[in-house]
Amino acid sequence: MLTELRKSLIASIWFAFLTFPIMVIKVNSIEKTIQWRWMNVVYVMVGIFFLSMAFRFLLKQKEMRAGKEESGTEIKLSPIHQLINHPTYRVVFGAALLLFAVVYPFVFSTYQINIMTTALMYVVLGLGLNIVVGLAGLLDLGYVAFYAVGAYSYALLNHHFGLGFWAVLPIGGVLAAIFGILLGIPVLRLRGDYLAIVTLGFGEIIRLVLENWGEFSKGPSGISNIPRPGLFGIELSLNDAITYTYYLMVIFVVVTIFFVNRLQDSRLGRAWIALREDEIACQAMGIDKMKTKLIAFSLGAFWAGIIGVMFAAKTTFINPASFTFLESAMILSIVVLGGMGSIVGVILGALILILLPEYLRELSEYRMLAFGAALVAMMVFRPQGLISNVRRTYSINKDE
Amino acid sequence: MKMRKKFMATALGLGFAVSLSVSAMASDTIKIGVAGPHSGDLASYGLPSVNAAKIVVDKINKAGGINGKQLELLVEDTVCKPEIATNTATKLVSEGAQVVLGGICSGATKAALPIFNDAGILVMSPSATNPALTQSGEYPNFFRTIAPDDAQAKLDVDFATDTLGYKKIAVIHDKGDYGKGFAEFAKQFIEEGGKAEVVLFEGVTPGGVDYSAIVQKIKKSGAETVIFGGYHPEASKIISMMKKKRLDVTFISDDGVKDQTFIKVAGENAEGAYASGPQDNSTNPLSIAAIEEHKTTFNADPGAFYENAYSAMLAMTNAIAKAGSTDLAALKAALESEKVDTPVGKISFDAKGDAIGVGFSVYQVKDGVFTELK
Amino acid sequence: MLMDFDYFRELFFSGLTRGAIYALIALGYTMVYGIIGLINFAHGEIYMIGAFTAFIAATIFSILGFPALAIIILAGVCAVIWSASYGYTIEKIAYKPLRHAPRLSPLISAIGMSIFLQNYVLLAQTSDFLPFPALIPDFDFMEPYAHIVGSTDVVILATTTVIMIILTFIIKYTKVGKAMRATAQDRTMATLVGINVNRIISATFIIGSSLAAVGGLLIASHIGQINFYIGFIAGIKAFTAAVLGGIGSIPGAVLGSVILGLTESFATGYVSSDYEDVFAFSLLVLILIFKPSGILGKADNQKV
Repeated sequence: MLTELRKSLIASIWFAFLTFPIMVIKVNSIEKTIQWRWMNVVYVMVGIFFLSMAFRFLLKQKEMRAGKEESGTEIKLSPIHQLINHPTYRVVFGAALLLFAVVYPFVFSTYQINIMTTALMYVVLGLGLNIVVGLAGLLDLGYVAFYAVGAYSYALLNHHFGLGFWAVLPIGGVLAAIFGILLGIPVLRLRGDYLAIVTLGFGEIIRLVLENWGEFSKGPSGISNIPRPGLFGIELSLNDAITYTYYLMVIFVVVTIFFVNRLQDSRLGRAWIALREDEIACQAMGIDKMKTKLIAFSLGAFWAGIIGVMFAAKTTFINPASFTFLESAMILSIVVLGGMGSIVGVILGALILILLPEYLRELSEYRMLAFGAALVAMMVFRPQGLISNVRRTYSINKDE
Repeated sequence: MKMRKKFMATALGLGFAVSLSVSAMASDTIKIGVAGPHSGDLASYGLPSVNAAKIVVDKINKAGGINGKQLELLVEDTVCKPEIATNTATKLVSEGAQVVLGGICSGATKAALPIFNDAGILVMSPSATNPALTQSGEYPNFFRTIAPDDAQAKLDVDFATDTLGYKKIAVIHDKGDYGKGFAEFAKQFIEEGGKAEVVLFEGVTPGGVDYSAIVQKIKKSGAETVIFGGYHPEASKIISMMKKKRLDVTFISDDGVKDQTFIKVAGENAEGAYASGPQDNSTNPLSIAAIEEHKTTFNADPGAFYENAYSAMLAMTNAIAKAGSTDLAALKAALESEKVDTPVGKISFDAKGDAIGVGFSVYQVKDGVFTELK
Repeated sequence: MLMDFDYFRELFFSGLTRGAIYALIALGYTMVYGIIGLINFAHGEIYMIGAFTAFIAATIFSILGFPALAIIILAGVCAVIWSASYGYTIEKIAYKPLRHAPRLSPLISAIGMSIFLQNYVLLAQTSDFLPFPALIPDFDFMEPYAHIVGSTDVVILATTTVIMIILTFIIKYTKVGKAMRATAQDRTMATLVGINVNRIISATFIIGSSLAAVGGLLIASHIGQINFYIGFIAGIKAFTAAVLGGIGSIPGAVLGSVILGLTESFATGYVSSDYEDVFAFSLLVLILIFKPSGILGKADNQKV
């Protein structure tokens, strides 16, 4: 106990030193004045003292848990997986969730519906990227490029040719998938982080072209007055339109979950997982590496394209500023935070990462500070993600 | 133990969500939304408007409100991002905002306007200068207390070609919504005017670590002056680099640069640079009073667009009082017919939503301050 | 024709300066990546904190009336001390507990750290741009060449070169350097031969962060302004440069940076600055397609 206190004391003294220039001193180089904010030293020291206690306590717990798992005595499934794996509970749970999703707009305000729609969009984006990163193991840092392709194809096709939401929805997806293949062919032979940086570069190129090629994309001022999704030509009031968009997103999410779930267990899905684990062994088993990777890449892009169309329809205004690298990082965070390869995890990750900043609005200017800290903390204490993916296991029961 | 923790978290989360949703209750106050960037890198453009709104609302409430109703502020952060601005807009609508001060950035404002329009809510911006906001006719609920970019570009171009008599002009921008828009108008007016030619039209990457290549290109183009569209950080980098590379041409820019920070950062290099900005109101007694109120309330000098926001608040509250309701059509009629005395002058609005009586003038940096050129 | 050569020379030197700037940040990136295989997104923020510390120190010392040379050195020392401390602490908090985690988790932790540090400086200091004093004076003997290459540029170029030589020396010949290379090759094996891997990783972060601090001081006095966001953009460019040159390789980081700087400069000069970044990233894609491990990177053969 005493050593614990001593360690925390050392940590708080260290942080007092560390944060000294930034937290305590504020200078004005024009008027040549220095402002000393000594109270901040006290705040930092007290805060760090308790934080470091908590930090070490939680780390120790994590290590104990890891030790238990390593010794292999008990491999416990998370409660959610227990729930999902149980046949009857799964149906009940799914039905309850769906019911909640259906009544949601009747209970909550328009604002709540709106941010939930955004969160659901990120659920689908996360699931799409999960195919690329989680299943096939290809680190893509430029996923937002495909999202932008979808959004701009709706905005531009609508602007120039008056095409409606439903007509562009598949077109946007397919265009994004084509972009995925075009990018994939040259770069997919790169491995690991080299692939990551090339996709990052590709994402930036798409954004920069949209920004600079004004004749094509209207440049940084963006495209406004994009129509919302249509419903058999019925004019909807704003509130109804938001609710309608919300329901559309719920359907999208359900369809996506269905597809991704089926994909995972398909021949293709297993090829992806095998590829992720060991490329060479995979080739030896007769899997066409290039083709399998390309399919993963273009399928991921397809989903991003579809949600891009949805995004344009929902915000009714798009400009290149919405498609920065930070957006890619956010989607990737959803996948990793949720637990790579795990569908439930990705859904939870999206809900947390997108809704958290909205609810953190109460913290006003400390919002993003808290968000950054939360990302670090979640990774440190649950590096495998919230819900780690459970490998399907087959056991032969001798009694039967 | 573990279960209980989880339960607590769920209960807390639910409670939070419910408390948020019931806050939208009807009441007999007039609710004024304030939307703008209150966090992030553009926060310094959005926060002064919040202060202006607080001061005006306090003053009116102390005097008994409007038609017996007290005013209430709903302040929401848009971070100047279109997708967040639409969330904020729906939040304001569902909380029952009746008029809105804001939209600081043009892009975010454009995204949010249709939502306010569908709900029949009047929006008045102190700073969104994109011409399309009023001129396109797509946003009938939009008004502003600042002149649009094209008026400013025209002023700068006329100043460069007529007053200073330049024949070769380089137009540079920061690739942003505001900067590029301004630069494109400047280019258009130079070409239409026929008195000078555009020898270079290019964008620089904001946040770049080194602008010497573009400065060398300006030098090679033989331009006599640079017209820059964008904000002060890039402007001060370019003007400092011009001095470093011994390139001695004048620098003309927009009101994104007419900020004291520009002079602070660029220091001596800023000396002699021109920038257009809202007319000097320093002799207007209302403006003096508004700045004084800010100093007594917040113990600091007001920031960017403070006077425009203050004026917008006065114009909106006056229209509500005259119209007797917050109905959009009635408010529009009142805004167009009533002249209001504000810190930016005696203003009324045209049918498109631009303020009549608000203009720009050209300033020059002399001895470390912007001095209005008459 | 002569005129065109002058223009070429001007662009060449501005590209070289830009490359040297990227290199100062890229070196730290490449060192950290080389040793633990992590894209340290918070490295740009360390550079930003170095610039802020240098700014604060320089202002205080100039108010106290120190001579110009003393101000540069003292500000530099402060920036190095604090940046190195930040680098060390960040590694201990955000990366060390993740040593055995799935490969992508430290990356997300790094992104979180980067967001946290940006907002920390934003809240503790200011959101405004601050004028950074020109610490490096204009040398008189440089005046005839000032329109091509300025005094600050020369100092940056020289510093980058010296740092690269020292760093190469450290890594090749010193004990720490050898331990670093061993750790980079095989961490378990390094532990077996008696290398304290934790200490070596800390040392890498301290050296990398110190370089970022030197970069912060020099680059900020070159562009004359700082704010909390400068680290992010510079960081991405520097990382691109490091990958271009072959990540993990010290000379590669410098070479990659110079090539990137020259490409951007010539693209601006001869084509259009609208697309300078497009050229930069296209070059990256092209080089990696033909040389998948970067220009000076070692091709690692994959084994089963």
